[in-house]
Amino acid sequence: MSSLVIHDLHVSIGEKPIVKGLTLTINSGEVHAIMGPNGTGKSTLSKAIAGHPDYTITGGDVLLDGVSILSQEADERARAGIFLAFQYPSEIPGVSIANFLRAAQQARMAEGEELDASAYYKRLYSKMDLLKIDRKFTSRSVNEGFSGGEKKRCEILQMAMLEPKFALMDETDSGLDIDALRIVADGVNTMRGPNLGVLLITHYQRLLDYIVPDHVHVMYDGRIVKSGDKSLALELEAKGYDWIKKELAATTA
Amino acid sequence: MSATTLTAPPSLVGSFTPEAFAAHLASLPPTLPAWWIARKRAAYARFAALPLPSRTDELWRFSSIGTLTLDGFTLPAAVTSVPHAPSGIPQAAKLVFANGRLFSRQPLSAELSARGVIVDTLQNALVQHETLVREHLLAQPPKLGSPKFAALHEAFLADGAFISVPRDVQLDLPIGIFAYALGATAAVFPHTLVVAGENARVSVVEYFGSGDDTEAQFAAGANDLYAGHGAQIAYIGKQSWSRRALSFQSNSTVVRRDARVQSLNLHLGGRQARHESLSQLAAPGAFSEMLALTVAETGQEFDQRTLQIHQAPNTKSDLLYKNALRGTAKTIFSGLIVVDPDAQKTDAYQSNRNLMLSDDAEACSLPGLEIQANDVRCTHGATSSRIDPEQEFYLQSRGIAKEAADELLTFGFFEEVLNRLVNDDLHEALRTLIQTKFKQ
Ligand SMILES: Nc1ncnc2c1ncn2[C@@H]1O[C@H](COP(=O)(O)OP(=O)(O)OP(=O)(O)O)[C@@H](O)[C@H]1O
Ligand SMILES: [Mg+2]
Repeated sequence: MSSLVIHDLHVSIGEKPIVKGLTLTINSGEVHAIMGPNGTGKSTLSKAIAGHPDYTITGGDVLLDGVSILSQEADERARAGIFLAFQYPSEIPGVSIANFLRAAQQARMAEGEELDASAYYKRLYSKMDLLKIDRKFTSRSVNEGFSGGEKKRCEILQMAMLEPKFALMDETDSGLDIDALRIVADGVNTMRGPNLGVLLITHYQRLLDYIVPDHVHVMYDGRIVKSGDKSLALELEAKGYDWIKKELAATTA
Repeated sequence: MSATTLTAPPSLVGSFTPEAFAAHLASLPPTLPAWWIARKRAAYARFAALPLPSRTDELWRFSSIGTLTLDGFTLPAAVTSVPHAPSGIPQAAKLVFANGRLFSRQPLSAELSARGVIVDTLQNALVQHETLVREHLLAQPPKLGSPKFAALHEAFLADGAFISVPRDVQLDLPIGIFAYALGATAAVFPHTLVVAGENARVSVVEYFGSGDDTEAQFAAGANDLYAGHGAQIAYIGKQSWSRRALSFQSNSTVVRRDARVQSLNLHLGGRQARHESLSQLAAPGAFSEMLALTVAETGQEFDQRTLQIHQAPNTKSDLLYKNALRGTAKTIFSGLIVVDPDAQKTDAYQSNRNLMLSDDAEACSLPGLEIQANDVRCTHGATSSRIDPEQEFYLQSRGIAKEAADELLTFGFFEEVLNRLVNDDLHEALRTLIQTKFKQ
């Protein structure tokens, strides 16, 4: 069993502290949902864990199976098993999905080892079928000209191909229509199991009807301020965030 | 006190002395027509009289001048073997030249020969197809700054390729031309002449290569592409000379009525490689597409000068040159579009894009327009950009190491050019070739 431990993490962008002492442990097999108002630092948290160079870790640690990953480059972290499904995936003109994923697979192989191209395509096509992505997409440039929903589906396709230990999914549900939401959720549920831990960042309870979380956390001003089970998401949906802010003001007053 | 030494003025001929020229002439077959020999003599006289490019020469702006030299080269002997260079492309016929001599050939099918297609050496063509060769061989005067090197090329041109496709004949497979320079100080003068008759269609893949990257060689090459009424020529040139070679290549394209020429030059080799490309849109409906890709590394300077001349109405030219620069590489792009007064309804585009993979590389761009007609559509521009850090992070976040990510992004940058190629096999073969340079 694997674990991803985020311990008292502080992240700044430039001089500005964004994540201010966040602690959370995700074990494989678990799905944790993080909800929280815009601008509280959810994307910052996920990108910092993935190793984005613009984010400075000013305190705390992130451990994958007991080993700190903070000194690793983003690509090392990815090969160690961290996957970030981006809120806003980049467009890469001129690089086809097929070549991109092949390079990502090749990067996980030993020096001199050759990728079995026919097995690779077979696997790619089966994952595409699962996510109901047209096979024509393999020759299209990564995310270029994709609709919002197509980009998100493509993120899940990459996740399915790369089989990470931990997936940080940043608003994968935004931009998806009802059918696409179900397809993506089914895809994630298929991958769910003892070998995968998930951190699901979302604004909507709707996604959590499909991907039922084991834990729900509320993030506010760079910290987790409340944790609970899936009923917490329902409560947030009904009441909004104001009561959390009031509760917080009362305890810190 | 040091002894006074007499310093000779820098030689205008360097290794290419009158004796060397005489020896070259003596080595040619006696069957060559007299007009050709006379032209070569005149060319040698021009070469010997012209100065080397100077710093104040506008057509050499930004170029390194001090590193240009004519000294230290030899006219190489024949060889018994050439490097193995699988092109990855099936070909209708092939000519392999090494050190200016025909080394081997794969002839055309009997069927294509019977239909009048010719793929032969220039030496043979000068005798057997004298009129056609005389009409087109080096027929366009050099306009882009290298009259001296053009004269040197003409003077020392021993043999090259002649491709002629007659009216209405269309070839499915490309013709392959290989030109090798072999030996540490070898000087070579490759030439390819392509004449496509009315509605003919042909593609040519030319490969320039050396034995290895330590050879300090010299190349002054040229090609002439002539597309007759309604003809289509696709030309791909892959310049892979030794990293220590000094190279001058001049391309002249004439496009007649409703004809189309697409050329793509891939620049990989040489320490200093200058490429001059001239397209003349000579009659209505003519279209020339000029493409180039360069991978420039530390210790390399690629110098590209282009001229698109619109001489008739309703003509089109479209130039896209992309350079990827690594280390301390340097590239120069200087392009000019000229639209003659009566060339109305001209469409002319010129774009130079540089991808800077290092902070120490230098890309110079001089795009230019000279328009004398009033009803035209012309755009030109040059940009330099770096790797987008968000794209790089995206690739890295999938486990791809930084260097591999940058390589992938460079391919992505080149893809716009490669995608213009109609032939998928060529596209794939070129990809592989560029990849090989990255692996070095
Ligand atoms: N590159 C950046 N430079 C400066 N400020 C930034 C940068 N990226 C994020 N921020 C700021 O950091 C804060 C947290 O942003 P973040 O994107 O992590 O929020 P979020 O919780 O994901 O919000 P949302 O729910 O809208 O996606 C915001 O105030 C944002 O403006
Ligand atoms: Mg966000």
